[in-house]
Amino acid sequence: MIYFDKVTKFYNGGPAALDDVTLTIEPGEFVSVVGHSGAGKSTLLKMVLAEEIPSEGTVFYESSNIANLSKRELNDLRRRIGTVFQDFRLLPTKTVYENIAFAMEAAGAAEEDIEADVPHVLDLVDLSEKMDRFPRELSGGEQQRVAIARAIVNQPDVVVADEPTGNLDPISTYEVVQILKKVNDLGTTVILTTHNKGVIDSLGRRVITMDEGRIARDDKSGRYIL
Amino acid sequence: MALWINIKRVSRAGFVGFLRNGFVSLATVLIMTIMLFVVGAIMTTGAALESVLGQLQEKVDINVYFLSDAPEEDILTLRNAVSELPEVATVEYVTRDEALERFRERHKDDQLTLQALDELEGNPLGASLAIRAKETSQYEGIANFLENEAAVGGGTQVIEKVNYFQNKTAIDKLTDIINASERLGLIATIFLACASILIVFNTIRLAIYTTKDEISVMQLVGASDWYVQGPFVIEGALYGFAAGLLALLALYPIAFWLGPSSQAFLGSFNVLTYYANNIGWLFFTLVGTGIALGAISSFIAVRRYLQL
Repeated sequence: MIYFDKVTKFYNGGPAALDDVTLTIEPGEFVSVVGHSGAGKSTLLKMVLAEEIPSEGTVFYESSNIANLSKRELNDLRRRIGTVFQDFRLLPTKTVYENIAFAMEAAGAAEEDIEADVPHVLDLVDLSEKMDRFPRELSGGEQQRVAIARAIVNQPDVVVADEPTGNLDPISTYEVVQILKKVNDLGTTVILTTHNKGVIDSLGRRVITMDEGRIARDDKSGRYIL
Repeated sequence: MALWINIKRVSRAGFVGFLRNGFVSLATVLIMTIMLFVVGAIMTTGAALESVLGQLQEKVDINVYFLSDAPEEDILTLRNAVSELPEVATVEYVTRDEALERFRERHKDDQLTLQALDELEGNPLGASLAIRAKETSQYEGIANFLENEAAVGGGTQVIEKVNYFQNKTAIDKLTDIINASERLGLIATIFLACASILIVFNTIRLAIYTTKDEISVMQLVGASDWYVQGPFVIEGALYGFAAGLLALLALYPIAFWLGPSSQAFLGSFNVLTYYANNIGWLFFTLVGTGIALGAISSFIAVRRYLQL
C-alpha cells in the first residue's frame, strides 16, 4: 500500500535525515516507528503526506508516485490519510464539532453525512458531551482524541500519528492507544511514531527501529529495543 | 450544487471567523477605519480645493473693448470667431446701450459722474466682449488670437484694448497657484493612498500570520487552496466593509463641526453640504475601497502560507 524505494532526504545540505530507506507497509497493518530524536521518524511520516519530497528515491502510495501528484490529486490523497500530531493542531477558533466537520467539509461531504458521522466519531473517542467546546477548554488528552476523531472521520485508508502521546499523561496515553487499536481493528492501516516503551510493548505489533536516518531493525512482532 | 455548498461553507466560515477572532478583527478594523477616514478626508479636501480654485477661475475673464464707433457686424463677426475657439467657455457680448446702463447702475449714487455723463452728447461707451476660458492657462492664447484679429481686422481698427495685457501678471500668478495646488494635491493623494494600502496590507498580513499553523493543518486535512483561502478573503472583505462604514460615520460629526466655518473660510464650499450631497459616492468609495483592499490583502497574505 505504501512503498518507500531507496528514499534519501537532505535538509538544506545537512546530513541525511533519511538515508536509503526501503520499506513496505501493507493494508491493515499497525506499524510503530521508534528511534531517538533526529533518527528520521517524523521525516518518514511527512513523506507519506507529501509534506516533504524525497531528495532521492521514490515514495509510492498504491501505484502513484507521491512526488508527481497534481495539487488536486494531492488533496484527494490527504483526504484518504488521517493525520494526528504531537501538538494536536486543532483549529483554535472552531469548536470540537466544527474541527471534525471541517475535515468532512473540505472533502466536499454532504451536510446530512456530516450531521450523521461527526457525532458517531465523537462517540467513538468518548467526547460527545464536549462537542460545543473550543480546543482551549479541553485537556491535552481530550484535544488529542478530537484530533484522532478528525483524522478518522473521512474513513481514511491510513492514519498517520506522529508522537500522538508525546504530550500526554499515562492515562490519556492509554486511551489514545486504545482508540488507535480500535481504528486499526476496523481495518485502517495505522502508522505510529513514539518514544513510549510501554506503548510499543503493550501493542505487540510490527516495530521499525530507526537510527541516523536508516532502518536499524524491522520486527514483525517487536518490542522497544534501542 | 457542490459549488454552492462550498460557497455557503466558505462564507459561513468567514463570518464565524470574523466574529470569533474578536480582538484581531477589532484591531484590524480600527486601523482600516483610520486609513479609510484619511481617504475620505482626502476626497473632501480635494473637493474643497477644486471648489475654491473653481471660484477663483470664475472671477478671471478677459474683456475686449471696442471703439465706440465700431460697426456692430464687425463685433459680431469677432464674437463668433472667438466662440468657435476650443478653449473658450463663454463669450458675453455687452452692447453699447447695455454698457451705458451698467455704468449708470454702478454710479447711481454718484450724481457728479452722472451729470458729467449727461453733459456729453450720445453714448461715449464702446461695446465689449467678456471672454471666459475653460482653463486659466488658456487666456494667453485667446489674447494672442485677439491681437492678431486686431492687426489684420479687415483694414478697419475696431478693438480699443484687450485687458488681458494689463492683468497678465495676476492671471499668470493665479495659473501658477492653481497648477501648483493641483499637483501638490495629486502627490499628497498618491502618497497617502500608497501609505494606506501598505499599512492595511501589513495589518492583515500580521493578522493572518497568527493563523499560519491553522492554514497548514487545513491543507493537511485535504482542503483545497481556495477552500482554505475563501474564509480569509471573506473575513478581509468584512473588515473592509465594517471599516468603511465606521469611517463614513466618523466623517459625519467632523463635517458637521467644520460645516459653518468651512463656508465662512472657503466661500461657497460647505463640508457638511458636500458630505450630505455626496453620501452615496462616499459610501461607495470608502466601503468599496475597504472591501477590495481587505479581500485582496487577505488573498495575497494567505497565499504565502499555502506552501504544502
